[in-house]
Amino acid sequence: MENLINIGVRSIFIDNMIFAYFLGMCSFLAVSKKVSTAFGLGVAVIFVLGVTVPINWIIQNYILTEGALAWIGPEFQNVDLTFLQFIIFICVIAAMVQLTEMVIEKFSPALYGTLGIFLPLIAVNCAILGGSLFMVGRPYTLAEASVYGFSSGIGWLLAIVALAGVREKMKYSNVPGPLKGLGITFILVGLMSLGFLSFLGFSL
Amino acid sequence: MSTEVAEVEVKKSEPLFSKRNKKLISNPLDIDNPITVQVLGICSALAVTTQMKPALVMTLALSVVTISSNVLISAMRNAIPSRIRIIVQLAVVSLSVILVDQVLKAYVYEVSKQLSVFVGLIITNCIVMGRLEAFAMGNKPWPSFLDGLGNGLGYGLILMVVAFFREFLGSGAIFGFKVFEAIGLHYQGNGLMLLPAGACVVVGVVIWVQRSLNGYREH
Repeated sequence: MENLINIGVRSIFIDNMIFAYFLGMCSFLAVSKKVSTAFGLGVAVIFVLGVTVPINWIIQNYILTEGALAWIGPEFQNVDLTFLQFIIFICVIAAMVQLTEMVIEKFSPALYGTLGIFLPLIAVNCAILGGSLFMVGRPYTLAEASVYGFSSGIGWLLAIVALAGVREKMKYSNVPGPLKGLGITFILVGLMSLGFLSFLGFSL
Repeated sequence: MSTEVAEVEVKKSEPLFSKRNKKLISNPLDIDNPITVQVLGICSALAVTTQMKPALVMTLALSVVTISSNVLISAMRNAIPSRIRIIVQLAVVSLSVILVDQVLKAYVYEVSKQLSVFVGLIITNCIVMGRLEAFAMGNKPWPSFLDGLGNGLGYGLILMVVAFFREFLGSGAIFGFKVFEAIGLHYQGNGLMLLPAGACVVVGVVIWVQRSLNGYREH
């Protein structure tokens, strides 16, 4: 249990998807102009990361790694399908996003109204694929992988809402012309990432 | 339908390097740069630029993927139903990324280890998907090839500039060659440049300089 909490805190604050690995930067910069839309996208990211990382863990450990197919029969002992990793992960993600979109549309039209437009965007958000690829590189169990996916999503939400808050205030400041928009946003992200560095070495 | 009309106009035996085709390569380098103007493919631009060598390998990998998937999708563009085009594009892109990844693992294993997940993340790199959607779906293979090449170069240009400043200021080296030691000076590396924060600030400043030069403004 302690271990799970530790992984959770680590992936929200220290190994933050945005500030430590720059994953999902494109939508992070494009959708952070208003706090409300930023929050919507953040919730969608939490959901998709929380679902796809455990699913990809199961696929990785029971199908793709060397010797993982042994459960079918001893003749599959030496099959190594790791080279199919990318294409299978991205298909799982695209399928899950499509499924989520349809389920939400059916059961909660109100939520679909706010979240709907962001869902297709998420299929190509590198934070999602990055989550699965990082999970493969670390020796996680299924429970740890689920916690990791879910809390990485929370970290992403935290980052995008914080940036959107700052950018809303930025409208009232006098920024030099060529630096306006993208330029100043980058420098802001840099400063925020410095702030997040203070969590380094923090563990439970 | 409008795309097909445009094709017919182009068909009037256009020379291989017409003015329009040259623009496809030169525009992404400056006023239509994928990173600083279209804001695509930022993740890898920040993450792989602590040193120049991985940045160069990443540029080559991304260019190969963009060019090959642009050409493939452009060749198949009339056969792809528009409802499922995203998943078709993803499948084509991941095919070329798998090939690139296997080649990198075979020939430059050290760099491939350094790039870690970022080779795989080319699949979700918005430059590739963005060019497929915006260009390859509506144009013939040859212009798509040039467009892929141009965007690969535009991406590489920014990547190399950022990597140069980060490696030079961060560890006093260029391509791993210690410049200051070679001329007999001691250089205390600036650790900030090697941190994620340094990357953001350098990219911000690069955007600032580029936009003051070409006059592009955001409102």
